[in-house]
Amino acid sequence: MPHASLISVHSQDDRLTVAGRGAWTSEYADELEMAVNDTVHSYAKPKGVEIDLASVERMDTFGALLLERLRRAWAGTGVEPTLVGLAPRYKVLLEELSRMGHEPPPPKRRHEGILERFGHEVVNAAKDALSLLNFIGATVAAMLRVLARPRSFRFTSMVNQVDRVGFRAVPIILLITFLIGCILAQQGIFNFRRFGADIYVVDMVGVLVLRELGVLIVSIMIAGRSGSAYTAELGSMRMREEIDALRVMGFDPIEVLVVPRILALIIALPLLTFIGSMSAIFGAGLVSWGYGGITPDVFLDRLKLAIDLDQFKVGMYKAPFMAATIGLVACMEGLRVGGSAESLGEHTTASVVKAIFLVIVMDGVFAMFFAAIDM
Amino acid sequence: MDAQTSSSTLQTSGREAIIRVHDIVVGFGDRVVLNHLDLDVYRGEILGFVGTSGGGKSVLTRTILGLVHKTSGTVEVFGQNLDDLSERERSALERRWGVLFQQGALFSSLTVKQNIQFPLRENLKLSQRLLDEIAYTKIEMVGLKCDVAEKLPSELSGGMIKRAALARSLALDPEILFLDEPTSGLDPIGAGDFDELIRTLQQTLGLTVFMVTHDLDSLHTVCDRIAALADGKVIAAGTIEDMMAQQHPWLRAYFHGTRARAVQNARRER
Repeated sequence: MPHASLISVHSQDDRLTVAGRGAWTSEYADELEMAVNDTVHSYAKPKGVEIDLASVERMDTFGALLLERLRRAWAGTGVEPTLVGLAPRYKVLLEELSRMGHEPPPPKRRHEGILERFGHEVVNAAKDALSLLNFIGATVAAMLRVLARPRSFRFTSMVNQVDRVGFRAVPIILLITFLIGCILAQQGIFNFRRFGADIYVVDMVGVLVLRELGVLIVSIMIAGRSGSAYTAELGSMRMREEIDALRVMGFDPIEVLVVPRILALIIALPLLTFIGSMSAIFGAGLVSWGYGGITPDVFLDRLKLAIDLDQFKVGMYKAPFMAATIGLVACMEGLRVGGSAESLGEHTTASVVKAIFLVIVMDGVFAMFFAAIDM
Repeated sequence: MDAQTSSSTLQTSGREAIIRVHDIVVGFGDRVVLNHLDLDVYRGEILGFVGTSGGGKSVLTRTILGLVHKTSGTVEVFGQNLDDLSERERSALERRWGVLFQQGALFSSLTVKQNIQFPLRENLKLSQRLLDEIAYTKIEMVGLKCDVAEKLPSELSGGMIKRAALARSLALDPEILFLDEPTSGLDPIGAGDFDELIRTLQQTLGLTVFMVTHDLDSLHTVCDRIAALADGKVIAAGTIEDMMAQQHPWLRAYFHGTRARAVQNARRER
C-alpha cells in the first residue's frame, strides 16, 4: 500500500477492514485524499466494510470530510461501512458532515468567448456614449439650477477643489512642460542646423507650444492626476453609500459633488495651460541659448515675429473644453463604481483612458475648426 | 481590583491558558490605551470581551494578532511568546487562528468560494475537488446555501457577508477564533442565530473563541466567561453571574442598565 502511514487495508473473504492511523488533519489532507481515492478504487465492491479509527490521533474537517467521502463511496454501492473506534469528541463533527453535501453545487460563473466579449464591448461602448450624453445633460441642468439659485452654489467646495487640482499641480506642471520645451528646442536645433535654419526653432517652439502642446500636455497630466482622483473619491463615496445618503437628504449629488469639481477644473486648467506654456518656452529659450547659441534677446525678438495673439488664443480657448471633458468623464465614471475594490480600479482606469482619448479627439476637431475659421 | 482578577484566575487555574496576555502596554502618541493589562483565555471556552466604546477592546484584539505595536508586555499563544517566533514559526502559528473582522473583510474581487479557498491554496497543496468540497462544507457549516459560493461579496446581504467571512476564517480549521463584534449590524433574530451558530461550531470543531461584543444577549447565551475592560485594564473576569455581582460602577451600569434589565426580564419570562 502506498499510503500506509495514514490508511491500511486488510481484506478477508471480501470483507474489508480499513484502519486509519496518525493525524487526519489539513497538513496531511493531500496524502490522505490520495489514500482514500486509492482505497476506494482498489476495493470497489466489497461485501462488508469496517472502518477502524481507533489509531487516528487527531482529526479536523479535512480528515472528517475525506472519511465521509470514503463512507459515501461504499454506501453508494449498497454497502454501508461500520465505523468503530471513533473518539467521542469527533462524533459531532462527523454527524454534522454526514448531513451536508447533498445539495448540488451551483453552476460556475461562465467565462465569455472572444466573440461574445467583443459584442458586449461594442454594446457597452454605445451605452457609454449615451450615458456620457445623459450625464452632460444632468450636469448642465444642475448648473442651470445653481444659476437660478446662486446661494445654493458650493463656493467653498469649489475653492478647495481649485486648490487641489490647480494650485498644487503647479510644480509638476512646471517641471514637465519645462522639460518638454527643452527637448523640443534641442531636437529642433539639432535637425534645423543641417539646413542652417537654427533660428526657426523659435517659430516652431512658439507655435507648437502655444497652439497645441501646452494645452495637450497639461490636459493629459491633469486627466491622470486629478481625473483619477475625482473618480476614486466619488467611487469610494458611492461604495460607502455616501452618495445615497446625500440623495435621501434631498440633495442632488451632481449639484453638490460634480458641479464644483467640474467648475474647479474649468478654472484651473486654463491657468495651468498658461503657466505650462510659459514654462515650456522658458525651457526652450534656455536650451537655445546654451546649446544653439541663440541669445535671449534674439530669441525674444524672433518669438515676437513668429507668433501673434491668435496662436495664444487658440491654445487658451481649448483649455476650458478639455477641462470640462476631463471633469465630466471622471465624475461620471466615479458615480458608476459598483461595490467592489476591483470595480473602483476598473472605473479609475477607464476614467483616465477615456479622458485622454477624448482630449486628443477634441484637439483634432478643434484643429479642423480653427483651420476653417483661419485662426 | 487585582484581588478580583487573581481570584478568578484561581478558580480556573486547573485549565490550560491558550492565550496569555501579560502586562501589556499600548499607546498612541501620548494616550495610553492599554495600561499593564493581563488576560488569560482558556482552551475550549467562549470568552466575551466587553468594554466602553473606544476603550481599547479592538486594540487588544489587534495587539494579540500583531496588527498593533505594543510598548511593553508579552503575548503568549499556545504557550509560545509571539515576540520570540521566527517568521516561519509565526506563519505556522497564524494558520492556527482565524479572525472574523467587524465588516467581514471579504476580498471584494473574489467570489465567496474563492475567498474561502484563498487561505487553503496559500497554505496547503490540495486537489481542486477537495478544495471545492471543503469550501462547500464550510459554507454549509455557517448556515449558508451552496449557491452563494459563486457570488461576489457585493451581491450578499450584511448577515450573509458575516457568515461567509466566518466560513473563510474557519477555512484552515483554526483552534482559536477571534470575533470582532460578530452580531453588530444583524437583526435580533439573525444575531440570535449567529450566536447559536458560534456555539455549535465551537462544540463541533473544539474551538476557543475570543469574542469582542456589545450584545448583552450574546453575553448571556453563548459566553462561558466574560472579561470587562475599563481604564486600560481588565477590571473583572468571570461568568455572567460574577459580573452581575460586581460593584464597579461601570459594570453595574452595563449589566444592570435599562437594556440589561430588559434582556434579563425577557430571559426570565422564557
